[in-house]
Amino acid sequence: MNPLIIETAKSVIASSAPLVFAGIGEMFTERAGVVNLSLDGSILLSAMAAFAIAFLSGSLILGFLGGMLVGMLIALLVAYGAIALKQDQVAIGFVLTLLCADLSSFIGKPFVRKPGPSVPHWPIPGLVNIPVIGRILFDQDVLVYASYAVILVAWVWLFYTQAGLRLRSVGERPEAAFARGIAVNRVRYLYTALGGALVGLAGGGYSLSVKLGWSHRHTAGIGWIALAIVIFGGWHPFRVAFGAYLFGVLKSVGSLLQPGFPNIPTQVFQAAPFALMLLALLLVSGDREGLARRLPKPLRAIVQALLAGRPPAGLGKRFEQG
Amino acid sequence: MKIQLRDIYKYFGPVRANDGISLEIESGVIHGLLGENGAGKTTLMKILSGYQSADRGTILLNGRPVHFRSPADAIAAGIGMLHQDPLDVPAFSALENLALGSPGGPFLNRARARRTLETLGRRFGFSLDPDAPVSSLTVGERQQLEMVRLLALGVRVIILDEPTTGISAPQKALLFQALHQLSQEGLAVIFVSHKLEEVQELCSRVTVLRQGKVAGELRAPFATDEMVSLMFGQALGTYGRRPIPLGEIILQVENLTVRSPRLELNGVHLTVRAGEVIGLAGLEGSGQRLLMLACAGLQKPHGGRIILGGQDVTGRPYTTFLRHGVAFVPAARLEEGLVPGLTLREHFALAGDTRGFLIRWDEADARAAQMIADFNIVGQADTRVEALSGGNQQRALLALLPERLRLLILEHPTRGLDIASSRWIWHRLLERRERGTAILFTSTDLDELVEYSDRIVVFSGGKMSAPLETSRVTVEELGYLIGGRGL
Ligand SMILES: Nc1ncnc2c1ncn2[C@@H]1O[C@H](COP(=O)(O)OP(=O)(O)O)[C@@H](O)[C@H]1O
Ligand SMILES: [Mg+2]
Repeated sequence: MNPLIIETAKSVIASSAPLVFAGIGEMFTERAGVVNLSLDGSILLSAMAAFAIAFLSGSLILGFLGGMLVGMLIALLVAYGAIALKQDQVAIGFVLTLLCADLSSFIGKPFVRKPGPSVPHWPIPGLVNIPVIGRILFDQDVLVYASYAVILVAWVWLFYTQAGLRLRSVGERPEAAFARGIAVNRVRYLYTALGGALVGLAGGGYSLSVKLGWSHRHTAGIGWIALAIVIFGGWHPFRVAFGAYLFGVLKSVGSLLQPGFPNIPTQVFQAAPFALMLLALLLVSGDREGLARRLPKPLRAIVQALLAGRPPAGLGKRFEQG
Repeated sequence: MKIQLRDIYKYFGPVRANDGISLEIESGVIHGLLGENGAGKTTLMKILSGYQSADRGTILLNGRPVHFRSPADAIAAGIGMLHQDPLDVPAFSALENLALGSPGGPFLNRARARRTLETLGRRFGFSLDPDAPVSSLTVGERQQLEMVRLLALGVRVIILDEPTTGISAPQKALLFQALHQLSQEGLAVIFVSHKLEEVQELCSRVTVLRQGKVAGELRAPFATDEMVSLMFGQALGTYGRRPIPLGEIILQVENLTVRSPRLELNGVHLTVRAGEVIGLAGLEGSGQRLLMLACAGLQKPHGGRIILGGQDVTGRPYTTFLRHGVAFVPAARLEEGLVPGLTLREHFALAGDTRGFLIRWDEADARAAQMIADFNIVGQADTRVEALSGGNQQRALLALLPERLRLLILEHPTRGLDIASSRWIWHRLLERRERGTAILFTSTDLDELVEYSDRIVVFSGGKMSAPLETSRVTVEELGYLIGGRGL
């Protein structure tokens, strides 16, 4: 197979890992019925924190843990504001987005463009020798392998465990969950925190691996993409992951094409993936039936299966027990 | 197991939902809890099953006081409740609903849930699709599923809140049979209803609630008069239907075809005159709703003509129909009729003169106050509509209609209402008829159709019968026609 394609696929997988973490994290949060809208700010602040901690301590592990802690604390703020203080989740999330972004620039000043530690490359012995697949999937770093695990575990968790069933019930119909003895708001806190930790991991993934180092607004925009990917993915782990990889493909196609079109400003190629993602989102959340009807028969079922999915019925709704 | 409720009080602001209720329930008995809408039945049962806490009062199980902090507590003590609107997760399959909250290991055990559903289903003759999402099941089936779930959890007391609303006749028969079976097996069954006949048919004891208090206790056989006077505190007056001369032609439907994804209604001819009441009979989903929507201008016909007051309005927008004095009152009061979240006063502001830039709050307030008094709505101007009871929502909907109407189309105008409210609603409707408004309405209650219609048309599978003169048709004949015979 064309080595260029293999290299591109490999880099798409690698560069999409943080987006997978963030998307699956937010998916967990939303499955519990809470929207953590602060993702764009959370990722920035946790990327900064992870880099700063790793830079100062020299420990990657501490860096990642620090990033996850930051993500988790921000998420808990959202949960606390929404559940305990009964405030609007969207408003809290939005304010936190702005606040965390500014905070990351302010606190991160001393670390701008400093060379720092990075996650080492670690091909998995044996698996890496599988033709084609091995080079794409298993010639990566630990972070990428963790992203595979997160996708799989999320899927099993949601659909094959009692805990996952409880989680889904809380997001779908909290009254019914309560009636069955489930502590609705505790579950909501728990998964908001878990989702936030994954979002924090995504931040660390950028500053310590995918987009090494720290600079002003280092990851700006990614959080919104992650939020869109959750919708695109219909709150299903596989499809959320697919959305993350799709975004990666769009980005790398942009950078591959760019040298061929010297007349087009580079900003167009940088912005195009965002626009295309928006388009994909429109297709998915718009008139799905109509879209499916217009496609040739064989494609129809595939597209329908791909596009099936709707938000948890209790998403964003407050729950107070009688 | 013996349940005693002692001096239960529960107030919602000024509303005394339960005002010192004491009650005893024994095993092996189907115990009826009868009362009109708003009597406090649901509140009391929610307290007994742990969904709400009482302001005051005690619950004794076998003589020992218990405190339920959640429904799960009550279930652990053996008390389970089936809510009027089944409290399940619509997006889940039947199996997932069964598994949710049932004891077991860390993994979701679909096989075990399947076995439970099969065994218990077989015992009661329920056949439920285990894998389809519950949202695709009928209310009756969802009720069966909830029953299976509670029994699988081992409850010994099962409470059913208005279980026959919205279920089919065969489902009702199956339900009653299952309830008999359960009581014979020694369970206590509490059957909450506002329908006299059902309580008479099923229960051996009944407690009647009125305005949050126990109005009386009866044992079978029950005398209807006695039940009615306990429920309402007085005998019911009938408003009666005066014969009136019919006026000019209001509505002409000619060879109408209307399609929905599931059904096609075709070949409909109908002429309606001022002051005439036409009852639309038939099983739900036989085409009545399509005709109503088309006549209200809410759905474009595929063929034929609709003529209002001599003018062809086929295919014209809804606003044209409104201008011609047509109004539609849907059965889904909160979904289609009212705006949840808005208060009564805001509804009157919306329904009133909306031409200016600023809201005429003074006018809206005056109108709200007048209508609340006029229509006996139990609520204040600043009550949100979703907080009103079903009967009061229906009154509000009627109060919001324009003064002058030529054609009033009503979908199940008295569904879920008690006898007194239904009569009152019809009293107001018949008043409009005397002022020349023509009325089209659907109902599944044959007595209501026969009592209030001048003519009845019967729908079956997208076909409409020729109009029948009500004076020449009996409830039995109507039943045959609805069953699809003779069309
Ligand atoms: N959560 C609530 N908030 C305010 N009022 C309520 C609430 N629940 C019930 N009510 C009021 O309490 C009264 C009794 O209601 P309910 O127990 O539902 O009666 P029933 O089931 O007999 O129709 C009604 O007037 C109702 O409007
Ligand atoms: Mg009730």
